[in-house]
Amino acid sequence: MTELSKTGAAVGEPVAEGPSKPPTAFLEVRDLKVHFPTDDGLVKSVDGLSFKLERGKTLSIVGESGSGKSVTSLAIMGLHRLGARGKNVKMSGEIWLDGKELIGAAPDDVRRLRGRDMAMIFQDPLSAMHPYYTVGNQIVEAYRVHNNVSKKVARTRAVELLDRVGIPEPAKRVDSYPHEFSGGMRQRAMIAMSLANNPQLLIADEPTTALDVTVQAQILDLIRDLQKEFESAVVLITHDLGVVAEIADQVLVMYGGRCVERGPVEQIFAEPQHPYTWGLLGSMPRIDREQTERLVPVKGQPPSLINVPSGCAFHPRCPYADLPKGGITRTQRPELQEVGGDHFSACHLSPEDRTRIWTEEIAPKL
Amino acid sequence: MISYILRRLVAAVILLLVVTAVTFGIFFLLPRLAGQTADQLAQQYIGKSPTPADVAMVKHNLGLDQPVYLQYWHFIKGIVTGAEYNLGPTTAHCDAPCFGYSFKNHVAVWPELTDRIPITLSLAVGAAVIWLVAGVTVGVVSALKPGSFFDRSFMGVALAGVSLPIFFTGQLALLLFTYQWPIFGRTYVPLTTNPAQWANTLFPAWCSLALLYSAIYARLTRSGMLETMNEDFIRTARAKGLPERTVVARHGLRAALTPIITVFGMDLGLLLGGALITERVFSLHGIGEYAVQAINDNDLPPVLGVTLLAAFFVVLCNLLVDLLYAAADPRVRLS
Repeated sequence: MTELSKTGAAVGEPVAEGPSKPPTAFLEVRDLKVHFPTDDGLVKSVDGLSFKLERGKTLSIVGESGSGKSVTSLAIMGLHRLGARGKNVKMSGEIWLDGKELIGAAPDDVRRLRGRDMAMIFQDPLSAMHPYYTVGNQIVEAYRVHNNVSKKVARTRAVELLDRVGIPEPAKRVDSYPHEFSGGMRQRAMIAMSLANNPQLLIADEPTTALDVTVQAQILDLIRDLQKEFESAVVLITHDLGVVAEIADQVLVMYGGRCVERGPVEQIFAEPQHPYTWGLLGSMPRIDREQTERLVPVKGQPPSLINVPSGCAFHPRCPYADLPKGGITRTQRPELQEVGGDHFSACHLSPEDRTRIWTEEIAPKL
Repeated sequence: MISYILRRLVAAVILLLVVTAVTFGIFFLLPRLAGQTADQLAQQYIGKSPTPADVAMVKHNLGLDQPVYLQYWHFIKGIVTGAEYNLGPTTAHCDAPCFGYSFKNHVAVWPELTDRIPITLSLAVGAAVIWLVAGVTVGVVSALKPGSFFDRSFMGVALAGVSLPIFFTGQLALLLFTYQWPIFGRTYVPLTTNPAQWANTLFPAWCSLALLYSAIYARLTRSGMLETMNEDFIRTARAKGLPERTVVARHGLRAALTPIITVFGMDLGLLLGGALITERVFSLHGIGEYAVQAINDNDLPPVLGVTLLAAFFVVLCNLLVDLLYAAADPRVRLS
């Protein structure tokens, strides 16, 4: 935490092996693997993911459904191991939060961090809040798990939090049930709940997906303001590149459980270095361009996480898979390589090819 | 809220009227459609080889010479205001609520019912407590470790419990624990007389009845818990850092139990109308036993009384279920 890179936060080089090496960033994930054994085979939801994140910065993890975004966030929170199916999950790698390693830690130690040092905002606040308890009750509960205070004190805190996230008449609304709130208000309440203990790490898993556009912008503003206020690190899971452009410092693109590209947000948008990222950018509607052409979806289906395609997992869908010689895209998995300051890409295309394709074929059409 | 309860009570009264009307109809109209006359009906309630004068008298005394709707009217009126009954040589006054006199042995129905209600109530409530506690506990533990040894063996026992009829398990319990090793008492003692003796005698009956139901409740609870523990709000509760025990009890069980209230209310309501087989097996002189006897004797007033009482319990329990449900789930509005 002493050494901040230029962007502040960063996505460092792939971390060397060996658990002995101390973390250098506030949140550091090293070679994270989350595998779920099923009757059909081993589902490799996350298969070797590494990144770093500093306080006060936002990392956005993007990718299509099933790419491992949410599994990663739940892994950081230590939520995979809980419940009836928790025993089956196979996790390896390291997750360092503020100098503490979480994967090898005792479950109860991780529980004590959960909700206090790291908190999570979920996608659909209606289903994520308990229908039988008032919003205030649920915030009080979140506060009192980690603070030995009376219900009255915690209630005051709940009202204060609801006020902070912009809920009108918080002293009255504190006794409302989740179903009595509108969608945007519910998400605000959810955020208030996650902020109950001023967490240093806030993980937001598609926080705006269930909301309409105007409310989306308000919620993003709110998250950004709160981040400034509390100097929290934010991991934002989304498939919406518009959201990424608005809020992220760093971007990590996931495909088939692995990182295919990561770097500072300006670079990802200005000079993306992976065909999948190009595909994502091409499928994003933009208001600053004339709508002459249809949006281009990324062709094909997301890869199976049980039988991941050999070589580069993206090759069956990649229009440039035949460009590198010797069919290397089908046989050898590309490793992350630095392609610019703090910018990494896992692709077999040569840097020249990539620059040419991006500037001549892709960028003009966006 | 109060207006809701009032409306439900009015609806309940109407329902009970319909129930009695249908019972009346089945008793009188069906035999008549099949060609039976009022004389033949009356003959059932007299000794062997009656004279025509006897038949005419009985017919008159029981009111069978009146049109069915008038008999129905007298019955309903009797419940509200009481009635006079002509028992041949004497007349008897029957105070409200008067459910009539037995055609067969000329005993007032209502005191018979009130004598038997505590027995049926004791049986039903005691069994309900056992099956609720046992069923829910087993269901929760099974749901927390689905596929475990505990889960499999208990679900196996549960399946057996559902499949075994009470006249088997009940007889077995009696044979083993009342006769072979006399741990439990044989004759029913009212709760108010001796609570220990009361529980001691009823225990085998409770367990036999509860075995049947707890199996169903264990399965209900298990599937409800399995579903609930996969809900998003459980993940949220865990994300707050709550200990797993709190997550299960306060967040999981609370949501999983609410639908069980409904089933429980209906089951209990039905049982309060008499557990025929259990009462027979354990020689408990409850409502169910009374009903069986009345039906065997083709004795209308007791049949009507039991039907009305059973319907009343079902309606009452349903109302209680709805009120409880509204209290348990804030999304439910009574209107």
